Amino acid sequence: MTATTAAPQAPDVPRVLSARSADDIGSIWGSALAAVSFTWIAYYHLLSFSGIVGFVVVTWFVFLAFVAGVTLVGNPVPVLFDRLATAILTSGAMLILLLVGYVLIFIYRRGWPAYTKANFYTQDMSGVRPTAPLTQGGILHAIVGSGIQIGIATAISVPLGVGTAIYLTEVGGKLAQTVRTVVEAMTALPDILAGLFVYTFLIIGLHWDRTGLTVSIALAVTMIPVIARSAEVMLRVVPGGLREAGLALGASRWQVVRRVVVPTARSNLVTSIILGVARIAGETAPLLIVSGATIFFNADPLHDKMNSLPLLIFAGIRSGEPAYEQRAYGAAAVLLTLVLVLFITARFIARDKLAKRARVERPAKSPVLPTLEAGNAPS
Amino acid sequence: MTSLIDESRPDDTKEFARAEDQDRPRTIAAGLPPSDHVFRAIVRAIGVSVLVLTGSIGLFLGYQAIPTFKRYGFSFLTESQWQPQLDKVGISAVLLGTVIVALIALLIGFPLAFVTALYISEYAPARWKSVAISMIDLMAAVPSIIYGLFGFAFLEPHAQDLARWLHQNLGFIPIFKVDTDPNAASWSPAAYFGSAFIGGICVSLMIIPLACSVMRGVFSLAPIGEREAAYALGSTRWGMVRAVVLPFGRGGIIGGTMLGLGRALGETVAVMLVISQTFEIKFTILSSGTNTTSALIASRFSEATSAQLAALLTAGFVLFLLTLGVNTVAAVFVSRSRSGAGVEI
Repeated sequence: MTATTAAPQAPDVPRVLSARSADDIGSIWGSALAAVSFTWIAYYHLLSFSGIVGFVVVTWFVFLAFVAGVTLVGNPVPVLFDRLATAILTSGAMLILLLVGYVLIFIYRRGWPAYTKANFYTQDMSGVRPTAPLTQGGILHAIVGSGIQIGIATAISVPLGVGTAIYLTEVGGKLAQTVRTVVEAMTALPDILAGLFVYTFLIIGLHWDRTGLTVSIALAVTMIPVIARSAEVMLRVVPGGLREAGLALGASRWQVVRRVVVPTARSNLVTSIILGVARIAGETAPLLIVSGATIFFNADPLHDKMNSLPLLIFAGIRSGEPAYEQRAYGAAAVLLTLVLVLFITARFIARDKLAKRARVERPAKSPVLPTLEAGNAPS
Repeated sequence: MTSLIDESRPDDTKEFARAEDQDRPRTIAAGLPPSDHVFRAIVRAIGVSVLVLTGSIGLFLGYQAIPTFKRYGFSFLTESQWQPQLDKVGISAVLLGTVIVALIALLIGFPLAFVTALYISEYAPARWKSVAISMIDLMAAVPSIIYGLFGFAFLEPHAQDLARWLHQNLGFIPIFKVDTDPNAASWSPAAYFGSAFIGGICVSLMIIPLACSVMRGVFSLAPIGEREAAYALGSTRWGMVRAVVLPFGRGGIIGGTMLGLGRALGETVAVMLVISQTFEIKFTILSSGTNTTSALIASRFSEATSAQLAALLTAGFVLFLLTLGVNTVAAVFVSRSRSGAGVEI
């Protein structure tokens, strides 16, 4: 990241690329201040427009114009482009990051009246009218239902997905190529179609009931290709030399997989599995088709309908009943918390691993290079 | 083999040549130990069962298309209505709606994803960078129903103002037409309610993190040597980005965008929550009402007879072919740029 400038008399000092000169900082902040003031006067007072969105957009363009003007006073054209690019990229990224934060805050703020009541977590909705105040009833049935469905779906799809990934990377062959192609193709399957398939095949075709198990199967169908593909990526990045070293010591293939490959990739595998679980936790489309909504507590996945968080949210928001909508926002906050916990756990495991690896492989301080994390491969 | 021996030990050539006739390499594949046979059999069985499971879904969907096309003929693709009572079903309107919503999402999402990816990969300070990456990953992990909720409760009312503004100022462009007077003193938000435009905004929230993380990954792989070369020639940071990072990441930009498009085409719940469903072929994106294939499936499966269920599955199959095609093209672009084959120096 460093480059040298050929200075004739001074010692060879690397050009500092990250630091900004006083000119940079001054022109950016000065332009920002000027743009806000100028737009405020022109927009609200001279032209008497209204609307905050318009104000922000106009301010942004005025800001860019000011930056351009100020820069051109004492700088060559390349610096102009550099500053404009910096301003545009930074503001675009800030917009997105603020948006993420705002979505989270919005959900938590809307759900506040519901999820701060203790009965929200300890009661179900049986015998409680949808219009009843929030002090009655709760979403225990949906929380438990979601937990059971996610658990069964994970128990089905993790062994199958990871097993497939091991087959693809460690055994290989022509058949494995076919499996890989089909599994990759199936990651393109829209979620709703997995639900419709399970509905047509199990509920219409085989006359199964709409139980928790059918929901779990629908979730597993969407989860297996995702897990298989991400786990394959994680296993593929295990260096081949480690496998060969194991084989050279006389280990069998199975021993190499069990004692070398899987331990090396373990934290990455766990991370990708947790992210897969987080993904199906909020999966709603298949549930609309295969799951039936209930108001009763039901912990038996084999009999009777079972509600779940996404389904409750969907039904609540469409009901038009203010109290029921409140519960939906509360349930959304609970679901979001679940996903956040899973996400942070996954991050934690991944970072732990990265830190350990950095200690082993980078004893000397070296320039920090951007690295591609395989875990962020598109799912 | 022979030539090597000739050079090193010229005296023994004859003997060696004779010995070589019998000299066969020891068979190294000494047969696997029993545990490996079991291991291979098990993982192969798992692989095959997953192949059967996932493959059968594809085959099943494809198989359902046969009776549908027999029953409804080619009009299944051209008919816009979905009226099971009259036995008149077709997917032209929903397919068009799906593509329009996805394209709007892409038009909004692509610039933002691109800018964010470039900022994180090239401009963000090191400490702030990992936070930003985590936030984008978190954005990808947030369930689509949460975005649907956000779209329903927050975006819908605000986007109506934006839609009205677009109508007022750009209403002369045919796609921005709405059958109402934009300048009326008491304007009716209902005319803009649940349009393809709002659906597209909502879906764009879901494709931004996906496209962004793919692009960022490819940008960060731009070779360090060429970056330094650009700086050594006196380039500004933006000059370096334009000369090195963007040409190198071209495949990732295209691939990430197409992956986002594939996601947008299949999105169900968020779209269902914000749009109001209609069955008509329309290109006016601001006016109320649109439809997508997955929303059609979610809303119509319960009342369907077996023939109509097959028709819904066929509609889904067409959607699947669409997303599969888009994703395949995306995978080609992404893998090419990751392998470095896309670099031209």
